[in-house]
Amino acid sequence: MTDVVIKEDQVLDCSGMLCPMPVVKTSKAMKELQSGQILKMVATDPGAPPDMEAWSRQTGNELLRSMVDDGKFIFYLKKK
Amino acid sequence: MSKSDPNAPKRLALIASKGTLDWAYPPFILASAAGAMGWEVGIFFTFYGLTLLKNDLTASVSPLGNPAMPMKMPFGPEGFQNINWAMPNILMANVPGFESVATGLMKQTFKNKGVASIDELRQVCVDMDVKMIGCQMTMDVFGFKREDFIKECEVGGAAMFLEYAADAEVQLFV
Repeated sequence: MTDVVIKEDQVLDCSGMLCPMPVVKTSKAMKELQSGQILKMVATDPGAPPDMEAWSRQTGNELLRSMVDDGKFIFYLKKK
Repeated sequence: MSKSDPNAPKRLALIASKGTLDWAYPPFILASAAGAMGWEVGIFFTFYGLTLLKNDLTASVSPLGNPAMPMKMPFGPEGFQNINWAMPNILMANVPGFESVATGLMKQTFKNKGVASIDELRQVCVDMDVKMIGCQMTMDVFGFKREDFIKECEVGGAAMFLEYAADAEVQLFV
């Protein structure tokens, strides 16, 4: 799964922000997308991975992939 | 205000009872995070917490009588920033302006670390249609007027909040 390339429709950079802003900004950005579209979110907050998992479960927007790259946390979220 | 629809979103009911800068954070952070997850949120602002609904937000913090509060400097090298400046109460109580200095330092430290300000978080809550209820009794006791508070808030009492909280999955007192 991890070697499959995911093509995002929108990118949101939450670098430097702490809780709850990555979740708040993600929620806002998702509202702009159509069902099935993908948001790539980048964060530096170490609390982001568990928070994004919970956010995904609570909102029903699928977390396609969660990864760490060069000290940044990257999430691919599919709008339900 | 009770939930009649069984498919209605989850609901969070918060009581914000403290108005200092440090205690202003938890209710606004929890409310905005819940709102971001699609939950319905209501906050009852009572006693000193009511001041968080004022048009002019002036929340400050005092390390006096707040022994667990770390006193950190928001500038200088990392080792310097990590020092906890233990201050004796006698000093904090007698140096004029100590509280405004402590408030400034906390605001700057939070800003440097990437934490949103209370003003920003409150605006996020307003934009998310978080239900904010100002306590009528507290207004009467402290002599506040409706126009001292943001227009987005409602004014009510304990029964109004309890009816809302009765249908909430999560209820917290801050």
